[in-house]
Amino acid sequence: MMKIVATLQNNDIAPRFDLTTEVLIAKIVRGKISGEPRTVLLPGPGSDALCSLVIREEASLVICGGIEEAHFQYLVWKKIEVIDRVIGPAVEAIALAIVKQLRPGEIVRPTV
Amino acid sequence: MSENEKINSFRLDLLGVLNGVPHGIALVDRDLRLIMMNRFLEALTGYSGEEVLGLYCDYVLHSSFGRNVPVLRQAVESGVACSVEGDIIGLNRKKIPMRFTSTPVVDPNNGYQALVLVLEDITAFQEIDRQKEMGPAKGLLGHSPKMQEIFELLPILAHTDSSVLITGETGTGKDLLAEAVHQASRRGKYPFIKVNCGALPESLLESELFGHMRGAFTGAHADKHGMFQLAQGGTIFLTEIGDLPLPLQVKLLTVLDDREFFPLGSQKKVKVDVRLITGTHRDLRQLVQQGKFREDLFFRLNVLRVHLPPLRERDGDVRLLIDHFLQMFAASFGKKAKKLSAQALRLLGSYGYPGNIRELRNIIEYGVNICRGEVIEVEHLPPYLLAEAGKKPRAQGGPELREAGRNTTVAEAIPENASSWSAIEKQKILTALMQTGGSRAAAAKALGWGRTTLWRKMREYELG
Repeated sequence: MMKIVATLQNNDIAPRFDLTTEVLIAKIVRGKISGEPRTVLLPGPGSDALCSLVIREEASLVICGGIEEAHFQYLVWKKIEVIDRVIGPAVEAIALAIVKQLRPGEIVRPTV
Repeated sequence: MSENEKINSFRLDLLGVLNGVPHGIALVDRDLRLIMMNRFLEALTGYSGEEVLGLYCDYVLHSSFGRNVPVLRQAVESGVACSVEGDIIGLNRKKIPMRFTSTPVVDPNNGYQALVLVLEDITAFQEIDRQKEMGPAKGLLGHSPKMQEIFELLPILAHTDSSVLITGETGTGKDLLAEAVHQASRRGKYPFIKVNCGALPESLLESELFGHMRGAFTGAHADKHGMFQLAQGGTIFLTEIGDLPLPLQVKLLTVLDDREFFPLGSQKKVKVDVRLITGTHRDLRQLVQQGKFREDLFFRLNVLRVHLPPLRERDGDVRLLIDHFLQMFAASFGKKAKKLSAQALRLLGSYGYPGNIRELRNIIEYGVNICRGEVIEVEHLPPYLLAEAGKKPRAQGGPELREAGRNTTVAEAIPENASSWSAIEKQKILTALMQTGGSRAAAAKALGWGRTTLWRKMREYELG
């Protein structure tokens, strides 16, 4: 089992990690999303609080938009993979990440 | 085709033009979806213009504002250009402060409305602002702890509108500090007016400060605004406030309390919004006790008080200021002088500077003018320094300076190489002690000194 945390703005990946107020947390079991991904509202924006949440949730992967180097390196140091500068719907981005098709800077087009 | 016809038929490739501009530029629609972005912005964001076509600009720019930022909406609605400051996170994961300027444009062919969004990197401007606010003020130099305290205090003084009283000996930089406080304050863009209260007789000073109406006194041929009116919105710096005549002290107190006054000969009150900074080299408390300064005005002025230390108390700053003035004057006079000789530096290091920085500045200006070579020697410095060096050693000077105080001639007062002399003297003491089997009395006798002198020197050289 692994967990993916995606920063959320409406249904898309939030453009800024430090300004994110909502995240989508998906449990991945045997290469598939297990159950309904959980939406967590944060008390306010802030990179430190979001990093804490990611660590608390024991996530292995973070999908986000722009993230500052310090926080990126902090998460990597905590052995959490970060795919940043992602644009597009969060659920589709998570689906691509599961099949190892999501790259930093990826523009994910919504599936019709 | 003629040249004129060629010019008239010339059509610019818009993207080609935008690519030539060294700022990030995006063309967005009314919903802030990207239509086009220039090469600079592509490099900044790491996305190509084609792949992000139709995406909301905040997703691509990773900007600090969402697409509902009011000021951009306002540009769309009003058709008037506007700008807002924020930041973006660039390709290298660095937060870059930006000024976003949004200008509405309309396609003349189909009336389609769009916005030209220009992203200007303002990192450098913010750094300047930060230095202006936090760092040493322009013209104020110093590494000494006492000056660092002043620099730390500066932003606090700038962020309030309370009166500031700057005290300090003449030449310590009261004017510079007052201007620095003004520049760093919200009043910085308004006038900074300086008035020397000791420079004018009472009647003229009143007119100078508060203005007069035509006919108010003989020679008042026209209405004249006073300095308080000229400083409207800004700061007025009253230097040598201790010299302000008592009747004017009352008027100043009224202005401070009511923010309004009557110009000389006027029946109409004038309202002013001016911050007051005062400076003096006198002890105002003592003047109050002597009845020469109003106590109520003293308390009104003494809200925030800063004392500028004299140069002799600013450890290490003399050398810093020497280098600064040397470079400044050599550059402005086109002189070759690059440095001071060790002897000249020792002389300047041992001097007491009763005139403080102003005096040091004048000494260096003199030296730069007199010196024809690259090194300013003792003989290039003002002659009075040589006379002073023999009789007035600096109070906190090292052993060399105390020695200098005893001597009568400058040549003797300034050893050729003080540090090596110390080493020689230290070695002499050690040798004497070794030769006498550690007996201090015998060593002192061998050296030709009293026991107290030997004890003092052993303490100086940490031999005891």
